[in-house]
Amino acid sequence: MPSDHILKRFDEELERLNATINEMGGLTESQFAKALTAVRERDTQIAEEVIVDDARVDALDTAVQEQTVKLLALRQPMANDLRMVLSSIKVAAALERIADYAKNTAKRSIVMTQGTAPASAVSGIDRLGKLVRTALKDVLDAFADDDVSKAYDVWNRDEEIDQVYTGLFRELLTYMMEDPRTITACTHLLFMAKNIERAGDHVTNIAELVSFRSTGQNFAEARRKGSGELYATDAAP
Amino acid sequence: MSMPSTDAPSVAVPVAAHAKVDVSKLTAKISIKNLEFFYGDSRALKGINLSLYANKATAFIGPSGCGKSTLLRILNRMYDLYPGQRATGEVMFDGDNLLREDQDINLLRARIGMVFQKPTPFPMTIYENIAFGIRLYENLPKSELDGRVEHALRRGALWDEVKDKLGASGLSLSGGQQQRLCIARTVAVKPEVILFDEPCSALDPISTSKIEELIDELKQDYTIVIVTHNMQQAARVSDFTTFMYLGEMIEFGPTATVFTTPTDKRTQAYITGRFG
Repeated sequence: MPSDHILKRFDEELERLNATINEMGGLTESQFAKALTAVRERDTQIAEEVIVDDARVDALDTAVQEQTVKLLALRQPMANDLRMVLSSIKVAAALERIADYAKNTAKRSIVMTQGTAPASAVSGIDRLGKLVRTALKDVLDAFADDDVSKAYDVWNRDEEIDQVYTGLFRELLTYMMEDPRTITACTHLLFMAKNIERAGDHVTNIAELVSFRSTGQNFAEARRKGSGELYATDAAP
Repeated sequence: MSMPSTDAPSVAVPVAAHAKVDVSKLTAKISIKNLEFFYGDSRALKGINLSLYANKATAFIGPSGCGKSTLLRILNRMYDLYPGQRATGEVMFDGDNLLREDQDINLLRARIGMVFQKPTPFPMTIYENIAFGIRLYENLPKSELDGRVEHALRRGALWDEVKDKLGASGLSLSGGQQQRLCIARTVAVKPEVILFDEPCSALDPISTSKIEELIDELKQDYTIVIVTHNMQQAARVSDFTTFMYLGEMIEFGPTATVFTTPTDKRTQAYITGRFG
């Protein structure tokens, strides 16, 4: 997208920023996928890797910040260039959060292997995770290809993610009421589900940034969310 | 700008909504309608339509030769000095077409003052540089004239630097001071509109900041029009920005909108440094 400035150095710097974001996106995607594997396979070794590698995502976030500060100070970007630089900072922040949620999920999966987690709830986490993971992959593609239409599609999927999360929440409550011995494991699963759902929200934010960067406009549609349900206590049959 | 093929924009609202300015609440000090300008046979301006709002600063930007200085020079009939140059269309200044044949040019230039690229102080004392213009239009007693000179120099943000050497030559001042002297000289004859043609291109950054601060202050009392090659300067000092290219007005809008989300791809290419 940069490419044709009179000042070639400016192009190079914008391309480098883009490359850093793409690298960060790829790493975050892999961290997120590995965290899901750690939960599904009860694989503590993969979980440990996710925890250690989070520092690499943080380092890339710092690199993005340094590059954007430099671009703003030295190049004074305008219009679409300005929107690209601003959205880069925000996308990096969103990716950093998503990677943190992946790390947190990995940490909990280690504790979980010692408890008694209901198999169907674990697969529920995996189902939710896959939805978010696909959305993350698609939104990163949309960001790389400057594809607003694809980003809009991802943006619309957030509702489905929220619904699956709400279903999982009810399911976990039911398990805990039926058998109090599962409370420890189910609480961990509940936190994981929440982490994954939050990661999905950040994916939605990135989708909005793809639009902002390209057109200067945001997707604006009132969210049709029944978030009140999450706090319902009569969810048990 | 070509929109990406998606149904997304139909549900999108402008992020820059905060930057929207309700122009219906503003008064147009100067309204330009179907303005064309000719240097001999060559047409330098093509069908310009534009409003310059009272107590606002409007910047003209665009690559060299786009017609922005030509447009500025029409506003106080500077082109009358040269044979073979003519303008057609209308430039309504408080309801009076300033292009009309029997326009009193001297009075017009008192009402619409101009500050040039290079500081142009007269080879006179600092005091006389200011008093000279006032005497052309008004016959004031000495004490009142002194007051007007001081007032003008204060408006030009120069008083504190020159109050002890009003008898010194205007040419003895630094470039930035000379330019502020010229602004003070323009202000002294109580204009309604001030035209700035690249006012800071020969100045250092500190002087530039002082002039920009001054322009910001002068807006309260005057309508400002500024031609500048420095886009950051246009962004800093103006309320409205006009982008011109090849004698045409390509885009006009609130400065914050033009510099963040321009609607024309040529505007975007120019302000992001991709032109050529």
